[in-house]
Amino acid sequence: MKSYPISIKPFGERAVLVEWPNKVSESILADILDFMDAFKGLKIPGWEMSVAYNSLTMVYNKDHIDFEKTKNIILDCHDKQAKSKTERIQHLWTLPVCYDLEFGMDIEEAAKTLGLSIEELIGQHTSHQYVVYGIGFLPGFMYLGGLPSSLEIPRRAEPRLKVQKGSVGLAGKQTGIYPQESPGGWNIIGNCPVDLFDPTKKDPCFVKVGDKIQFENISKAEYELHKIEGEVGIYEPEKVVLNA
Amino acid sequence: MLKVLKTGLYLTIQDLGRYGYRDIGVPISGAMDVASVKKANLLLDNDENEAVLEITMTGPTLQFEEPTYICLAGAHIAATLNNETIDNYKIVKVEKGDILTYGRLEVGFRGYLAIKDGIQTEKLLNSRSQFYPVTKKSRITVGAQIPYNKTLAYKPKISEVKIEEHFGQNTLKVYKGPEFSLLSDGQLAEIFTKAFTVSKENNRMAYQLSELIAGHSHSMLTSGTLPGTIQLTPAGRLIILMKDGQTTGGYPRILQLSEESISVLAQKKYGDELLFKLV
Repeated sequence: MKSYPISIKPFGERAVLVEWPNKVSESILADILDFMDAFKGLKIPGWEMSVAYNSLTMVYNKDHIDFEKTKNIILDCHDKQAKSKTERIQHLWTLPVCYDLEFGMDIEEAAKTLGLSIEELIGQHTSHQYVVYGIGFLPGFMYLGGLPSSLEIPRRAEPRLKVQKGSVGLAGKQTGIYPQESPGGWNIIGNCPVDLFDPTKKDPCFVKVGDKIQFENISKAEYELHKIEGEVGIYEPEKVVLNA
Repeated sequence: MLKVLKTGLYLTIQDLGRYGYRDIGVPISGAMDVASVKKANLLLDNDENEAVLEITMTGPTLQFEEPTYICLAGAHIAATLNNETIDNYKIVKVEKGDILTYGRLEVGFRGYLAIKDGIQTEKLLNSRSQFYPVTKKSRITVGAQIPYNKTLAYKPKISEVKIEEHFGQNTLKVYKGPEFSLLSDGQLAEIFTKAFTVSKENNRMAYQLSELIAGHSHSMLTSGTLPGTIQLTPAGRLIILMKDGQTTGGYPRILQLSEESISVLAQKKYGDELLFKLV
């Protein structure tokens, strides 16, 4: 596993921003996750870390920080971090999506713009594995990388004031799921019946940064079934361990 | 229980925030004006993190169903308990059936009502702060019953303090943000010499400022944001993220407010003037 140069910037009184080279890459993400494991291993209480693509925001919830001191701890930790990890468990999640026109209100137009049939669009969307590069924007919203260029389509000219919870969208190089109802400008091609954020669970968001997502085309009947299973709490999304 | 007869403009329950869930996209939330809340909880001998009511511009009408002690803080909004005027930062004994009403906003924008032992709603992800979808509702609605402990007798260490307040300030102290170096000399001059005003788009998520500065065409990968992060949009608009602000963003983070200045900004409303000072 490669190790990359990092830069560290102050970010207010109690946070620092650690940046890796300005690229979307799985091996950069692996280096960030290795660093996080190493930093957690230092067991300094009070730190909270969140990843987004090539950066890590580190916040110290206890107090204001001494930037130079913090920077040295981070650089030292990154220098000494283990270069390959076996104990970090990453999953490939299969998330069901119903691409029925009732949910995918933009799928016909998106297919037309992309020069594909609806079946081809669904076929391509479900045949790739997407890497989770970060979770943010809304609780449980995943930043996914790895969309094939054949599915790159601009955002809608006019954002919708209300996009339904579970909506699956395409926008630029991105695809993703709205974990809750929200305004949004993505092209909506389907709906995922799985709750991506459930604050009543001990682990409110089962997906972790570094995991992968593959979508599975399901019928409306299956959609309704998963929805009911979710409501009574017996639905478990399908997963396989990636690095076993 | 505290019975909500009227809510005023925007009423929420807030403690000092929800920490530890930023990595799954959950904002910190918590009181906008932390400085005022800490003082009120301190006077009541509460833990500084006890939950309070955050009142926005116009106050609620509330009925207490158990005796307790309260302390008002933050914005000055004329308040009366059973028609008797009560002041901020003074411990007031409340009897069963007493009604608290609010009148005109005098100064500031957000008031706080702290109760002895704090509001006792259920903690979700380690906090009582209201934020949908962590809490079922994003705000308190009419008819709500808010739980609190009954306190019959309590001897405060101090019953009243004169507080040096931050409402008079309109200079926000800022640090350089991660993308500060993108700013041109012209943009820097605009930011640090011009006065800005709070636009109509101001809420617990973010304060947008009315005046534009020169824009930019810098595009960046989405990265972390914090309460107090000042983003610059391509059109040249300054957006200051606040407590319910999203945890990631894609606009350059040019400046970062000091924590003290977040409390100052929390008391500003539409049309109020602001200046920036680099520390």
